[in-house]
Amino acid sequence: MLKFTLKRLGYMLVVLFIVVTITFFLVHSIPGDPITAMVQDLPEETRTVYLARYGFDQPLGVQYVRFIKACLCGNLGESLRYPGRKVIDIVRNYAPVSGVIGGLSLAIGFTIGILCGILAALNRNKWPDKLIMVIAILGTTIPTFVTAAVLQYLLTVTWPIFPTTGWGQAKHIVLPVLCMCVGPVATYARYMRSSVLDTVNQDYILTAEAKGVSQFRIVTRHIFRNSFLPCITMICSSIAGIFSGSFIIESIFAIPGLGKYFISAINDRDYSVVLGLNIIFTGIYILAMLLCDILMALTDPRIRYSNDR
Amino acid sequence: MSELLKVENLSVSFLSYAGEVRAVRDVSFHVDARETLALVGESGCGKTVTSKSIMRLLGRTTGVIQPGSHIYYKGEDILAMDKKRLSQIRGSEISMIFQDSMTSLNPTMTVGAQITENIRTHARVSRADALRRAEELLRMVEIPNPHERLRNYPHQLSGGMRQRAMIAIALAMDPSLLIADEPTTALDVTIQAQLLDLLRGLKDRLGMSIILVTHDLGIVSDFADRVQVMYAGRIVERGTVEEIFQNPRHPYTWALLRSIPGMAPDRKSRLYSLHGTPPDLLLPLEHCPFAARCEYCMPICKKQPPAETVLSDTHGAACWLLHPNAPRVEIPRGIGGVNRD
Repeated sequence: MLKFTLKRLGYMLVVLFIVVTITFFLVHSIPGDPITAMVQDLPEETRTVYLARYGFDQPLGVQYVRFIKACLCGNLGESLRYPGRKVIDIVRNYAPVSGVIGGLSLAIGFTIGILCGILAALNRNKWPDKLIMVIAILGTTIPTFVTAAVLQYLLTVTWPIFPTTGWGQAKHIVLPVLCMCVGPVATYARYMRSSVLDTVNQDYILTAEAKGVSQFRIVTRHIFRNSFLPCITMICSSIAGIFSGSFIIESIFAIPGLGKYFISAINDRDYSVVLGLNIIFTGIYILAMLLCDILMALTDPRIRYSNDR
Repeated sequence: MSELLKVENLSVSFLSYAGEVRAVRDVSFHVDARETLALVGESGCGKTVTSKSIMRLLGRTTGVIQPGSHIYYKGEDILAMDKKRLSQIRGSEISMIFQDSMTSLNPTMTVGAQITENIRTHARVSRADALRRAEELLRMVEIPNPHERLRNYPHQLSGGMRQRAMIAIALAMDPSLLIADEPTTALDVTIQAQLLDLLRGLKDRLGMSIILVTHDLGIVSDFADRVQVMYAGRIVERGTVEEIFQNPRHPYTWALLRSIPGMAPDRKSRLYSLHGTPPDLLLPLEHCPFAARCEYCMPICKKQPPAETVLSDTHGAACWLLHPNAPRVEIPRGIGGVNRD
C-alpha cells in the first residue's frame, strides 16, 4: 500500500508540473500584455516601467524559468491589481471559508445521496423510488441560484430563521450549505441507485441469499461495498471542487470565499493571481485523485493486489 | 429409503410484457435421503427454475410460484415457511452451488469471510472458531494451503479452486440436500472430472442428497442415481440411471442420448443433432410439447398432452408411443442397452 501511494505521488508531481507549464503558456499567449489590459491609454514610459517591474519585458523562456523557480520556493506571485497582495495569502484567507461550506455540503450531500440511492434501488418502482428520483431530477435540473433565492425567500423573509447573507457565525453556514448539497444529493442518489440495481442482479447476491444471510446483512455486507465502488470516482472531482468554491453561492450569500476571488481575478485580468490559484487548484485536484485511488484500493481488492506488484 | 424432499405440482410463471411465461408446468418429484437426482434438459426447459424454486430463490426475478404448488422438505412445506424459518433452512439444511464461480463469489470479500458468513449466520460460534472450521472445509474440498487461502480474494483463485470454495461454502453447515446448478459447466473437462469426483466422495462421506442440474448427460451416467428429463417445463421421462441409459422410452431422451459425443454408432459419423427449437413457453401447449420436433409424431400428439405411462416403480415417460394402440417403435441404433459399450 505504501509503495502504491508513493508511486501515485510521483505521477502526481509530473502531472502538476505539466499543468503548471501549460497554464503558464496559455496565460501568456493571450494577446496584449497584462498592463495594457488593465489600464489603457497608459503613457509608453510608464508602461515600460511597469512591464520591467513584473519582468514582462523578458523573453518568455526567462519568465518561465523565473516563475518555476519562484513556485518551487513557495512563492506563487502577487496580485497585479492589488500590489502587495500575495496569492498565498489569498489562499490562506479565503480557502478555509470555501472549504467549510464546500466540505460540509459535500459530506452531507454525499451521505444523504448515497442513502437515498440505496433506498430507491431497494424499493425499485415503488413510491420511495419514485419520490427520490423525482427529487433527484429536480435537484439536478434546478440551478443553484434558483434554489438559493427560494430558500432565502422562505427561510429569511417568510419565516425569518436564518440571516440572508453574511459570514462569521454558525447561522450563516446553514443556507449556503443547504443550497450546495442539493446537487450532490441528486447526483449521488441517481448514481448509487443504478449502481445498487446493478449489484443486486449479481450472482454473488444470490449466493448470499442461498446462505440464508438476512436481507439487512446482504445490503450492508454485499451490496453496499460493491455498489459504492463506482461512486468513489465521482467523489474525487467533488472533493477538488470544494476549495475552488462555488462562485454563485458565494456571490448570493456574500461569503468571502475563494470561488468569488477566482472569478474576480479573471475579470480583472489579474494574471498572476489566476495562474497562482490555478496551481493550487490543480494541486488539490491531484490530491483528491490520490485520495480516490487509495479509497478505491481499500474498497476493491482487485485493484489493491494488481497494483502492489 | 426415506423421502427428504417432495415436490408436488410445482408451477412457476414469469410475468413478461408479452404475457405469462410458464417456465415450469405442474412438476412433481421427490428426492430420497442420500441419493443423487439429475435434472436434465436443454436451456430453458425449466430445470434451473425448478431448482431455484426449492430454495425460493426466484425473489428478485419476476418468477412467481403458482398457488397449488408444494415443496415439502422433511414434511414441512417450504413454500409456506416464513422468512425466518426459510433463512434457517437456506445454507444449513439445503445449500446451493451455482454455475459460474467467478460471478457467484463476492469479489470484495475474502474466501474465509464468505465461508464464515455461512457458519455464523446459522450457528453461534466465535470468529476464530468459524475460521478454524472454514480452514477445515477448504482442506475437505482439497484446496492446497487452506490457511493461506482463507485470506485470498476470489480473483486470486483459479476457476476450479473457486468452484471448490463454493462447495466449501455450501457444505459449511452439513446440509442434507445440495442443489448443484450446472456446477461444472464453466470449467474445462479435466477440472470437471476432478470436481465431480470430489463431490461424489463428499456426498458419500457426509451422507447428503444432491440434485444435479445439468444439460450434460455424460456426467449424469456415472454420478446420479436417478434421472429426470425435462422439456418445456415438464418432466417427460424419469427413471434410474440404468433405466434411462439402457431403456430410454421418450423420443426426447433418445435425442439427448444420441447427442452425446462418443456414443454415436461409429465414431466417424456426424454427431446427431436435434432439429428445431423448444416451443414458446408463452403458449398454453395443450398437446405434447415435443410434437413439433419429434420424428415419431402422430396426429394425437398435436391434439392432446400424453399422460405419464408408468413402466416400473421408478421408470415413467410421458409419450403417446407408449400407448397400447400406438405403433411399436425401436430405440434408435447406438443408444439403449443392447448397443451400449
